[in-house]
Amino acid sequence: MNQVTANMAGNVWKVVVKAGDQVENGQDIVILESMKMEIPIAAEASGTIKELKVNEGDFVNEGDVIAVIE
Amino acid sequence: MFVRDRLKMLFDEGIDVEDAFFANCMDDSLPADGVVTGLGKINGQTVCVMANDSTVKAGSWGKRTVEKIIRIQETAMKLEVPMLYLVDSAGARITDQIEMFPNRRGAGRIFYNQVKMSGRVPQICLLFGPSAAGGAYIPAFCDIVVMVDGNASMYLGSPRMAEKVIGEKVTLEEMGGARMHCSVSGVGDVLVYNEQEAIEYAQKYLTYFPENFRSKPPVKEAIKPEKFEKSIRELIPENQNAPFDMYDLIKRLIDEDSFCEIKREFAKELITGLGRINGQTIGIIANQPRMKGGVLFHDSADKAAKFIQLCDAFNIPLVFLADIPGFMIGTKVERAGIIRHGAKMISAMSEASVPKISVVVRKAYGAGLYAMAGPAFEPDVTIALPTAQIAVMGPEAAVNAVYANKIAELPEEERPAFIKEKQEEYKENIDIYRLASEMVIDDIVQPNDLRDHLSKRLEAYQSKKLTFTERKHGVYPV
Repeated sequence: MNQVTANMAGNVWKVVVKAGDQVENGQDIVILESMKMEIPIAAEASGTIKELKVNEGDFVNEGDVIAVIE
Repeated sequence: MFVRDRLKMLFDEGIDVEDAFFANCMDDSLPADGVVTGLGKINGQTVCVMANDSTVKAGSWGKRTVEKIIRIQETAMKLEVPMLYLVDSAGARITDQIEMFPNRRGAGRIFYNQVKMSGRVPQICLLFGPSAAGGAYIPAFCDIVVMVDGNASMYLGSPRMAEKVIGEKVTLEEMGGARMHCSVSGVGDVLVYNEQEAIEYAQKYLTYFPENFRSKPPVKEAIKPEKFEKSIRELIPENQNAPFDMYDLIKRLIDEDSFCEIKREFAKELITGLGRINGQTIGIIANQPRMKGGVLFHDSADKAAKFIQLCDAFNIPLVFLADIPGFMIGTKVERAGIIRHGAKMISAMSEASVPKISVVVRKAYGAGLYAMAGPAFEPDVTIALPTAQIAVMGPEAAVNAVYANKIAELPEEERPAFIKEKQEEYKENIDIYRLASEMVIDDIVQPNDLRDHLSKRLEAYQSKKLTFTERKHGVYPV
């Protein structure tokens, strides 16, 4: 199991995968909006999205879990 | 690998001269007192080396071990040649402490010498095994620390000691492993997967450096950059807020295979590394929009400060590639002291007296412009690509800041049009040709001409001689 965490504080702008999707290491999971920039947050392992912990518009702080990959 | 195999691999033709091979020879169990010291050549250049022998009491330090290390450092200072530390040691022999710990030529002198040598000759640490307690400071005072994943570690107190003294249960890898130090603490600079890779990295790294601060880095054969289908122009998105991969730009600017990155795994929103343009060595400091939007954080500012000092010490020109929305804001970074870390980067960048070229690739907002060698910091030139945008803040933030009340008063359906209009106005106001007309920037360069342009500038600035200011030394915001 591998957790995808936010690497900086910001708002969830787009969630680009769904629970159950197959993802590759390095593939974008969500795009945050922070400091007026688009911040892609990528998977750090390949696998299936077991759980998405955020919705579009949510605030996340650095270190918050965004998704769980199995 | 055994210590002598490591040295054989490191040097062009093995160790040329070795000192004190007979140290402690009256004791059968301590050949050479656990350390090999001497001189050899790497890429034809003479260097001094000390290499721990982990087969001799785990590479621990006795009186003669310490004296041997001190002496080879003194040799490096006298000859003004690079010093390499091949570290694999459990630390002090506690049984020998009176002889090797507190006295004038005890272990403390090793660190004192390192501080004295810093910036005078390159100091490189290859960490193959543990570097424990006081010994952990050898890497800390080096210009660069290469760590072998899974084997190298640095810590002041071992996990066993941590459990006894503070009650923490932790593994060695978590507390002081190579991966942790190269990606989290920033004490390590380069993570490699085996010893051979560590040695090859050191050999490559040294090709960018002169033997000491008095000379210039060697000029190598000019090589064309790697070929790509997409040109620089096609690579950089029009939308200032959209990410792109800065490595793609760097590869198109420098000679093929010439990139030697430092701290690749640490604070990835800023890229620092050595490279060559037409054979001339440069140090690159580039924001990485693909990572955290290229925003500067406390760690990335810290990373930049050390890299700038490294290049400046050894006469390596600096090229800044700016695409930065500014310094990060919020509670987390304020508590981490982002202001003093940012100040540290700006100090190092200001003081650098080597040729200093600032390229504004896309945005350079707020203190981000300052940190990336903006016009006030006396770069030799500020170049902008046509995509550049220089301002206190971006259009979105500026319109919000200036017209917040006005926007709130407007009926909701009128707001987007008003905001858009004001943003367009703002963009016109900070238009890059306007800034060129005001001579804020010195030149606008077409993206596909950037490499040639940099090459000419670097050539032209070679004879730069500058004393930053007169004083003993600054009071650094560390």
